[in-house]
Amino acid sequence: MARGSVSIVVERCKACGFCVEFCPSKVLALSSAFNSKGYHPPHAVTPEKCSGCDLCGMYCPDFAIHGFRTDKPAAKSETEKEPDDAC
Amino acid sequence: MSSPIVSITAPANPVEDFLRTDRMPHIWCPGCGIGTTVNCFTRALLESNTDLNKLSIVSGIGCTGRVAGYTNLDSFHTTHGRAIPFATGLKLASPDMTVVVYSGDGDLFAIGGNHLIHAARRNIDLKVICVNNLTYAMTGGQTGPATPLDVITATAPYGTYDPAFNLPYLVEAAGAVFVARWTTFHVKQLARSMAEMFKKKGFCFIEVVSPCPTLYQRRNKMGDGLDTMKFYKEMSKTKHGAPTNEVGLTKSGEIIVGKFVDRERPDFATMMNAHLQHELGDQYIQAEGPVCG
Amino acid sequence: MHADPVGVLTGAHFLDGDHAACEGAIAAGARFSAGYPITPSTEVVERFSHRAPKIGATFIQMEDELAASIAILGAVWGGVKAFTVTSGPGFSLMMEHIGYAAMTETPCVFIDVQRGGPSTGLPTLPAQADMMQVKWGSHGDYEIIALCPNSPQECFDLTIKAFNFSEQYRVPVFVMMDEVVGHMTEKVVIPRAEEIEVEPRRWTTQDKSSFQLFAPCGEEQTPEMAKAGDGYQVHVTGLTHDERGYPNMTPAVQDRMVRRLVSKIRDNAEKICLTEQHDIEGADVVVVSYGITSRVAQRAVETARAEGLKVGSLRLITAWPFPEHIIRAIAPKVKGIVVAELNLGQMVREVERCAGGQCRIAHVGHAGGTVHKPEQILKAIQEVAR
Repeated sequence: MARGSVSIVVERCKACGFCVEFCPSKVLALSSAFNSKGYHPPHAVTPEKCSGCDLCGMYCPDFAIHGFRTDKPAAKSETEKEPDDAC
Repeated sequence: MSSPIVSITAPANPVEDFLRTDRMPHIWCPGCGIGTTVNCFTRALLESNTDLNKLSIVSGIGCTGRVAGYTNLDSFHTTHGRAIPFATGLKLASPDMTVVVYSGDGDLFAIGGNHLIHAARRNIDLKVICVNNLTYAMTGGQTGPATPLDVITATAPYGTYDPAFNLPYLVEAAGAVFVARWTTFHVKQLARSMAEMFKKKGFCFIEVVSPCPTLYQRRNKMGDGLDTMKFYKEMSKTKHGAPTNEVGLTKSGEIIVGKFVDRERPDFATMMNAHLQHELGDQYIQAEGPVCG
Repeated sequence: MHADPVGVLTGAHFLDGDHAACEGAIAAGARFSAGYPITPSTEVVERFSHRAPKIGATFIQMEDELAASIAILGAVWGGVKAFTVTSGPGFSLMMEHIGYAAMTETPCVFIDVQRGGPSTGLPTLPAQADMMQVKWGSHGDYEIIALCPNSPQECFDLTIKAFNFSEQYRVPVFVMMDEVVGHMTEKVVIPRAEEIEVEPRRWTTQDKSSFQLFAPCGEEQTPEMAKAGDGYQVHVTGLTHDERGYPNMTPAVQDRMVRRLVSKIRDNAEKICLTEQHDIEGADVVVVSYGITSRVAQRAVETARAEGLKVGSLRLITAWPFPEHIIRAIAPKVKGIVVAELNLGQMVREVERCAGGQCRIAHVGHAGGTVHKPEQILKAIQEVAR
């Protein structure tokens, strides 16, 4: 079960490969798809290994990717909190 | 409606709050490291709980000079080499403001070199982040004050033969109280160093060695941005407290990184206020910030 | 609003022009100055360094004039009124930041105590040869305001005026003194604070989400201002920028931006142009002068009038924007205009342009180092009147 996930803004990516290279869990690879500028953005090839450490987000010079934890309350959606707030 | 809705949505990238997102995408080339330093900068601001309404960022001219324009902070893109004297005026007029100078090696050490050494001498409370890509990138990759020996540049087609500044050595000699160097490979260390710097009073300086694949690495057949990042990973050696005279950069040699200097010395405003208070007593009225109109 | 009494040395004083200009800056509300020593202007900041700690102001001596001229701009964006002072070679070094101040619409005041040039020239002796440099010295199209005092009293009065104009139009304003005015000692009367009108900064109260730092307001076509720390996340750049301050380097934005930078001054020129006029109605000859030369010219005009010549005088208190409308009105009605100045032909070019060939123009130039002899100006008056 993945502890984290990544979010990718495909159109900002310039395919430098930093995120792919430095992901400690080797979650990412550059995809064969193009964005509108002709770059190959990354995608998660082994998403189950993602720890949400956000090292990809620290490296990405184009602010195109970031990682986040999915096993922490902080990462859960606003809608989940609504029932509690309504009490 | 009794069962909780467990839908996981991505929280925003922490950098987003610090960006003028309406100006994205930025102008930096693929594999350029400046954006990486901005990530570290924003993580450091979050970590150090810096009040963003009391933070200004001042840049000079060049690729790194564009950082000011992309950050959603009070931001000043000044003239070539003059970020530090602008920041000096801003800091003295607004003493409770954290003033960050974010600029490049050419801007800070060549055209702006005089201002840099004097601000360090006076120990003006500025946080200087110097992205060192070893060249004048915005103008096409000419020789700069930090370009190592024996590299090809647009104005040294047969290779450079004038020695480069060793930036940490220079700023330490000039009086900086905090001096560190990292590369864009060292994102965690860089973010921590920046956070530490934001809490330190006085003239602080962080050099970030960063790839310029388009204009520096390409001309010297050193590969792309990623190759350069791998080079940093392989060749960097962390030596906190290393004597700065031993940390000069060469074309393909070891890169000494770490926190080299962390010392105490009263900053300019502290010296000024204490001295004038001592000399003038009750007659001294300390400037307390914005006063016009 | 009125001046802050903390800075105002009300009373009659015996001051030279440099010291009087410093008092004018303080009365106008300046609480920051950055400077670099250069003769014959240094006394202005020497006095400010003495006065600053007692009035809640800051002085810093910078490493050069490049630094001084941009440190004041940083201080302005930090929220204070600021000025710098220089002369000769120092003024040449400041040119880039005149353009930056004009481009970023940063209200500030430069005092230039003119000395003989070019280069190191005559460090201790007068000239009026920076008059074109102040207007055209930085690259690109822009407008500035320049005022020319002819006495220590005016050094005080016009420095206040300079600050007021700078705030009103968000533009760099220049007090174009010369060595003689700077070092001449005379009686200077400083009024009570409540008698001194001071223009406050045009701080915005607009909504943070919609405020635009470079969107023109009012007939001055001048934007409101926010400083660092006000929560507006201002962006200020010397690049061509849109109303938000964001770089936008297109011909369309360049055209819109530069035209406004220019038109906010040109369209308001008649309000900005200050002159002293005597006996122009019915005159055959009008003598145009400014600064110290106007005091020499006065003697020449009086002598000519005593000889029965119909001579009027026009003193340019505002040199830039140039008072075109006044020259255009005078030129068709006179035989000629005599222009006396301590240079070999600067403001006379403006007079010639505006006269448009409708009358004779005689220039009484001088390479500097001292002032004219009244006889030189008188001779020109006599020739033109003939």
